[in-house]
Amino acid sequence: MFYETVRLALQAIMRNLLRSFLTVLGIVIGVAAVIALVTVGQGSTDQVEADVTALGTNLLMIKPGQASQGPGSTTGSAASLTLKDVDAIESEIARVRVAAPTSARSMTAIYGNENHATSVTGTDNRYLVARDWEVALGRSFYDSELRAGAAACIIGDTIRAELFGNGDPLGAAIRLKQISCRVIGVLEARGASSFGTDQDDLILLPIRTFQRRIAGNQDVDLIYAAVKENASTEKAKADIERLMRERRRISAGEEDDFNVFDMKQISSMLTGITTVLTSLLSAVAAVSLFVGGIGIMNIMLVSVTERTREIGIRLAVGATEGQVLLQFLVESIVLSLIGGLIGIILGLGLALIGVRILAVPFAPDPTLIGVAFLFSAVVGVVFGYFPARRAARLDPIEALRHQ
Amino acid sequence: MTERVSKKNTEDPQAAPLIHLEGVSKIYGQGEAKVYALRGIDLVIQSGEFAAIMGPSGSGKSTAMNIIGCLDTPTEGHYRFGGVEVGGLGRDQRALLRRNFLGFVFQGYNLLARTSALDNVELPLIYKGVPAAKRKSMALEALAKVGLAGRESHDPSQLSGGQQQRVAIARAIVTRPDVILADEPTGNLDSARGEEIMDLLTALNRDEGITIIMVTHEPDMAEYADRLIRFVDGRVESDVQNPVRN
Ligand SMILES: Nc1ncnc2c1ncn2[C@@H]1O[C@H](COP(=O)(O)OP(=O)(O)OP(=O)(O)O)[C@@H](O)[C@H]1O
Ligand SMILES: [Mg+2]
Repeated sequence: MFYETVRLALQAIMRNLLRSFLTVLGIVIGVAAVIALVTVGQGSTDQVEADVTALGTNLLMIKPGQASQGPGSTTGSAASLTLKDVDAIESEIARVRVAAPTSARSMTAIYGNENHATSVTGTDNRYLVARDWEVALGRSFYDSELRAGAAACIIGDTIRAELFGNGDPLGAAIRLKQISCRVIGVLEARGASSFGTDQDDLILLPIRTFQRRIAGNQDVDLIYAAVKENASTEKAKADIERLMRERRRISAGEEDDFNVFDMKQISSMLTGITTVLTSLLSAVAAVSLFVGGIGIMNIMLVSVTERTREIGIRLAVGATEGQVLLQFLVESIVLSLIGGLIGIILGLGLALIGVRILAVPFAPDPTLIGVAFLFSAVVGVVFGYFPARRAARLDPIEALRHQ
Repeated sequence: MTERVSKKNTEDPQAAPLIHLEGVSKIYGQGEAKVYALRGIDLVIQSGEFAAIMGPSGSGKSTAMNIIGCLDTPTEGHYRFGGVEVGGLGRDQRALLRRNFLGFVFQGYNLLARTSALDNVELPLIYKGVPAAKRKSMALEALAKVGLAGRESHDPSQLSGGQQQRVAIARAIVTRPDVILADEPTGNLDSARGEEIMDLLTALNRDEGITIIMVTHEPDMAEYADRLIRFVDGRVESDVQNPVRN
């Protein structure tokens, strides 16, 4: 009997295909919107998390300056960091695996007729360790180069592609303003991050070379500190704050004149934004689903009126109230499930386009799809019940007389 | 879905008659707007009869048919179908009576549009819960009986009026009912087509023993019946055996 009812419902739907399609349009759009938005949103969140993980979730960044400023803010008047700070953090804090100094400037790198604006960073080999970054071609800095402040550089993959194309960069001399430096290595490619930056667009110099010949001071702009595998990032952060207060002679009660950033904070901040956006848009989409449900109810009511005579015939030949109710209910459920199915397919299609454009991973959530499907069925039951009951309660004589 | 409402054996003359109306009145509306569609009808129809109901428009013929067909209940009086008091039954129980013992033929055919003849005839069987294969063979048999073998896949729109009415008759007999109620079955047909329908009903009455109650305005059609009941103003004015046939 149930199979029979579904067959009857499908027959009724097929008999008026265009109207059936218009009926479910609201559901289709609602479901498609929810699926597309949530899937793309999830992809962006995944991307941000992946980027942060690639950067190292156990990475802390130390910067001079007043508290509550972002990692990109300017240093201000606070005393700068030094190489001694880097060594102290690394040697005195057990929870820190490695600490690396960095100072960076935007500069134009020139090789032959090619030139490319990039970020030149003064650091040492510890930077590669802290960021788990391998040299794909050539080698890292020799200690002698680091000590002497030699004009040797390691380039990112973007620089290699921009300046050398398919040529061999090793041993070539790149011009950075007044200095000429020899390429000793190329970093493995990391690709773009969701922060919108190309991670491979950089040139590494020994920190002393940078300080002496580019910055003209002894400053370290930013220290990267990688926390040991099983150590708590929170505790390492507290350790560093205590050490730095001591080293910078900040008395109790005075505010920090430096900042320690946790990559997890940054990542949760960023994913927080995408999550809020996703849920906001999904709420809008859910409203359209509700409107879609009302659309179904409306059309089902029209359908009941239009098919009054048919209902009269069914009642006359012996259909019970329950059988007519079931028929119309199943019809609206089947209708909204079809709408839900089309919506899911359409939504995934839109999501696929969306993730291509945003260059984030495509991560469809089976739970979400299941919920969307279930929700369509619920919409069918809820909004189909009232019209179905109206159909079932029709007076057969009146219904048969209906034109 | 196959439960049957119990009904006494109608073959036994001592038992309750198949159709028994006793002082049946039907009143529509209330107060000033009260309309008496039936004013105390007494009527007994035995199993196997072929009765024609005639009378002027508005005399209550359709109202009586609806009550006999368990589509409606009397306002006053008693209607017993095979001994069962129909007035005391609920909607669903009356639906079960219709599905198991009654078949309807209407003036306007009342077939489902855009639905094949076969599917139309199968309709009552679906509600009875007959399995698909059995349903199909029963429907094909009924269509053959009304002379429409080979037309099972046609839509009502592809059939003439007479053919549509025969599909409707096939739908009425497919459940092997005790009674066929036909309200002006030839009203929309020319006389030749009408006579074909009457021949069919006569054959069903004679060969299958199906009780037939038919409303008609056409004396020619009423001649086919063996009993003529005349309604006037909600009352039975006359009730005679057909002198032509008997
Ligand atoms: N639902 C209703 N509400 C009010 N009055 C009704 C209703 N149904 C029928 N009537 C009235 O009851 C009376 C009998 O109607 P009925 O349809 O039984 O007549 P009939 O003999 O079948 O007429 P016809 O030959 O025109 O079909 C008429 O006066 C009609 O107006
Ligand atoms: Mg009438």
